[in-house]
Amino acid sequence: MKRHLISAGDLSRADALLILDTAEELAHLADRPIKKLPTLRGRTVVNLFYEDSTRTRISFEAAAKRLSADVINFSAKGSSVAKGESLKDTALTLEAMGADAVVIRHGASGAAHRLAGWVQGSVLNAGDGTHEHPTQALLDAFTIRRRLKGTGARGAGLDGLRVTVVGDVLHSRVARSNVLLLSTLGAEVTLAAPPTLLPLAVGSWPCAVSYDLDSELPKSDVVMMLRVQQERMTAAYFPSVREYSRRYGLDAARMARLPGHAIVMHPGPMNRGVEIAAEVADSVRSTIVEQVANGVTTRMAVLYLLLGGMEFPATGVAR
Amino acid sequence: MCAASIPVAGRDGLAVLDAEEIRRALTRIAHEILERTRGGDGVILLGIPTRGVPLARRLAARIGEFEGLEVPCGSLDVTMHRDDLRLHPARALGRTELPPGGVDGKTVVLVDDVLYSGRTVRAALDALNDLGRPRAVQLAVLVDRGHRELPIRADYVGKNLPTSQREVVHVLLAETDGQDSVTISDDGRLP
Repeated sequence: MKRHLISAGDLSRADALLILDTAEELAHLADRPIKKLPTLRGRTVVNLFYEDSTRTRISFEAAAKRLSADVINFSAKGSSVAKGESLKDTALTLEAMGADAVVIRHGASGAAHRLAGWVQGSVLNAGDGTHEHPTQALLDAFTIRRRLKGTGARGAGLDGLRVTVVGDVLHSRVARSNVLLLSTLGAEVTLAAPPTLLPLAVGSWPCAVSYDLDSELPKSDVVMMLRVQQERMTAAYFPSVREYSRRYGLDAARMARLPGHAIVMHPGPMNRGVEIAAEVADSVRSTIVEQVANGVTTRMAVLYLLLGGMEFPATGVAR
Repeated sequence: MCAASIPVAGRDGLAVLDAEEIRRALTRIAHEILERTRGGDGVILLGIPTRGVPLARRLAARIGEFEGLEVPCGSLDVTMHRDDLRLHPARALGRTELPPGGVDGKTVVLVDDVLYSGRTVRAALDALNDLGRPRAVQLAVLVDRGHRELPIRADYVGKNLPTSQREVVHVLLAETDGQDSVTISDDGRLP
């Protein structure tokens, strides 16, 4: 394992499997009377959130607390950021307070990478702009493995599974991280989206591309729906929400074309009625609630593997 | 007088226990557990990964043979409770699997291959504390090699093996390593 988790592409297959196997063992903790381990006692994890988030922040907070770490939550609203403090100065402040790990969510792509050059502790990317969200990809891979390979699949990858990622790939950090991680783990990933919602460089990604969702459905083991990120849309990417929904939304009729064992995923928050119909989101194939529970477990695994062992050798930190 | 208690130089690669001796030691421990717990009522065996787990299963099978009693058997991973985590890169976790019914009110016998500093057992006692409240906790080990760093003592010992701290004791079991043997070496290499 490296010191930081910035990109899902930094993880080798062995690293990714170690995280999934660790998460599998930690998942049993949820059934126990005391859902807490002493492993990170005395270590401090800072949640540095420049963008709104419900599940990711709470999930990281729960994960760190279950490992007995001290958690400091920082949100840009109501802080000195509102007075114009830069990311670097905020980072150095946190460093001076003795943060062993910084979990960062930022609107700018590359923010986590920059931060890693300024602080001594581990940096965990919890979403940077439209770039990456590696722990989301890890919890998705964990959810897929548990559902389709069983809970005893220690050491197993996702070899041979077909995953179709549908929708707003252009603005999605979840899609990029998932393509990188799932292909590392051996899955075949296909992106299904309108041409306007695919990034220019998609040809260099380790995945296939299709403009036709309906032809991909019968051969998919997993369908991952992405949120249409209207807050990031500065131009007209499709004629109307209604038309998008008719061509790329997952409704009951489309779900019926999936193979019997296939699952439907969504990283949340959902736009019910846009990319996913309510009856699909609430069906037995949907893993949306499971993904949230698995998120805590997976983030515990990542925090343990980055902070639980020997300190990483000191590197030259650029000031 | 007691030459065996002084670690002898030049016993690198020496086999301390062979398969037959391991079998006899486990048979004796199984009898001792039955004796000490008055017939094994309310006993559960928890092996500490990796090699404590097959040892616990073997003891449970022996007890089943002798008394026709099915002793619940499980595993207890202690990694997250260790005091030396910060001295090594983060380790992979083992499995904790409790028998149905848990540990509350039971006599838990912890099973491990080698008792050395006692730190693993301390971690196991902490881990157990988070899982419930046993009526009593006992410890069974195949080899006690001395050099305790904590006030911990085994209740059942397969073999007391005086060692020097330079020496390394290797326990191999058929379930994990394809053969049963206990050997000792000077440099950590398997003979």
